[in-house]
Amino acid sequence: MSAGSPAHSRADGTAFDPGLPYRCSPSVALRPEPFGALVYHFGTRRLSFLKTPQLVDVVSGLEHHSDAHAAVEAAGVPQPQRPAYLRALAGLAANGTIEERL
Amino acid sequence: MKLVDHFQYGLNSPICLTWELTYACNLACVHCLSSSGRRDPRELTTAEAKGVVDELMAMQVFYVNIGGGEPTVRPDFWELLDYSIDHNVGVKFSTNGIKLDRRRAAQLARTDYVDVQISLDGATAEVNDHVRGPGSYDTAMRALENLAAAGFGQPKISVVMTRQNVDQLDDFKAIADKFGAQLRITRLRPSGRGAEVWEELHPTAAQQHQLYDWLVARGEDVLTGDSFFHLSAYGEALPGLNLCGAGRVVCLIDPVGDVYACPFAIHEQFLAGNVRSPGGFQEVWQHSELFLELRQPQTGGACRSCLHYDSCQGGCMAAKFFTGLPLDGPDPECVRGFGEQALADRDGAVPLPRSNVDHSRSTPRNTRAPVPLTLGIGRPDRACETSPIAGFGASANDSGLFSPAR
Repeated sequence: MSAGSPAHSRADGTAFDPGLPYRCSPSVALRPEPFGALVYHFGTRRLSFLKTPQLVDVVSGLEHHSDAHAAVEAAGVPQPQRPAYLRALAGLAANGTIEERL
Repeated sequence: MKLVDHFQYGLNSPICLTWELTYACNLACVHCLSSSGRRDPRELTTAEAKGVVDELMAMQVFYVNIGGGEPTVRPDFWELLDYSIDHNVGVKFSTNGIKLDRRRAAQLARTDYVDVQISLDGATAEVNDHVRGPGSYDTAMRALENLAAAGFGQPKISVVMTRQNVDQLDDFKAIADKFGAQLRITRLRPSGRGAEVWEELHPTAAQQHQLYDWLVARGEDVLTGDSFFHLSAYGEALPGLNLCGAGRVVCLIDPVGDVYACPFAIHEQFLAGNVRSPGGFQEVWQHSELFLELRQPQTGGACRSCLHYDSCQGGCMAAKFFTGLPLDGPDPECVRGFGEQALADRDGAVPLPRSNVDHSRSTPRNTRAPVPLTLGIGRPDRACETSPIAGFGASANDSGLFSPAR
């Protein structure tokens, strides 16, 4: 874990750090929908919703980038919106939708 | 656009899909919303049912709510259960418990990705058996005991709220806690045989308020299938989808493969197509005339000017339809009393709409004495098991870009 992570702790004590590489959890399926995507986690059987197509791009692009910042940038998220996207990713890390890529 | 607005215009695939596997049932519940009892000879074969699962998998429908009738009396029920789970379509099935002996309970406990929902409409045998028939309370309790003994994690106990059981809410919760189960309560609909007993069994206005207060105070871990969204007009919106999802995010596949807008709307007016037709279920879901129409913006009609319209959206389409009320008017259980007024103003000469789909036994299996209600057959509840968008509200770390669902 690098220092300066935002304060979104997971149950196991790790926190989301946008400077690290992530991926969409292999237990998760993304279903494209007009608003973005429906997320289903086969492990927890929970549904959630990605509410913009751009967030879908970010989440599915995570595995191709060296860190979360790069995935957000590659998806073309305008600078002023990036903090909100990082907060969304932190939430998605906390509920297991995305996970650190080791 | 808010997520709920997107839902109004429909999704690529349903979020909650109810699939009734058979009209056959060992019980004869007076309020059965599918008028079940006898098997229909046209019911989908095992191969056809597997074909539906294949389609659901391709459409990324991640779970189905399976019911009936009593689904477990289908000889291929366990085969279809395994097939579905193996194809990434999780199963939540509703049962009266008749087949859940120790062996089946143990089998279920070993199976990932399956949820079991035991129907119970009274916290006592007296109240339950009054609507579900003699012995049905004991059957449900035995099934719950077997599941608990087998170590099955958190089954659901599903209760249709009636005039006679609203006062038992705390008792239902206690039963659920005793068996390590989760309580699920749903609304009595005037659908199927429920139409015949709705006047007598639906909660009074005072009881509706009581129910709402209970949900707000104690409903944290209680599932509702979003079926009480019409009560949101009392004040605080209840968690979940406060919107009629019929044909938008929800639908029903019945035992013969007919696709209806929702589980409470088995009537030709809400029939969108059949899974056996070319293009199968996907074609019906995505292109049927009825579903496309339901995804148009609703006018709200007489309710539009009501200041609660945004919270209740005019209530339940099926409840209005089967009580003979206009679909763009108030719900019969409108919390402001407009429904009661509308019911009183109905033209008594016009017959109520009745479904031509009825598999009730001509000679009811459960004869009771005294017999306060017209007898029928079946099983109650259905609908979304989990609120699709519960917990939708903003939280401290809500970016507004994604929503967890409970």
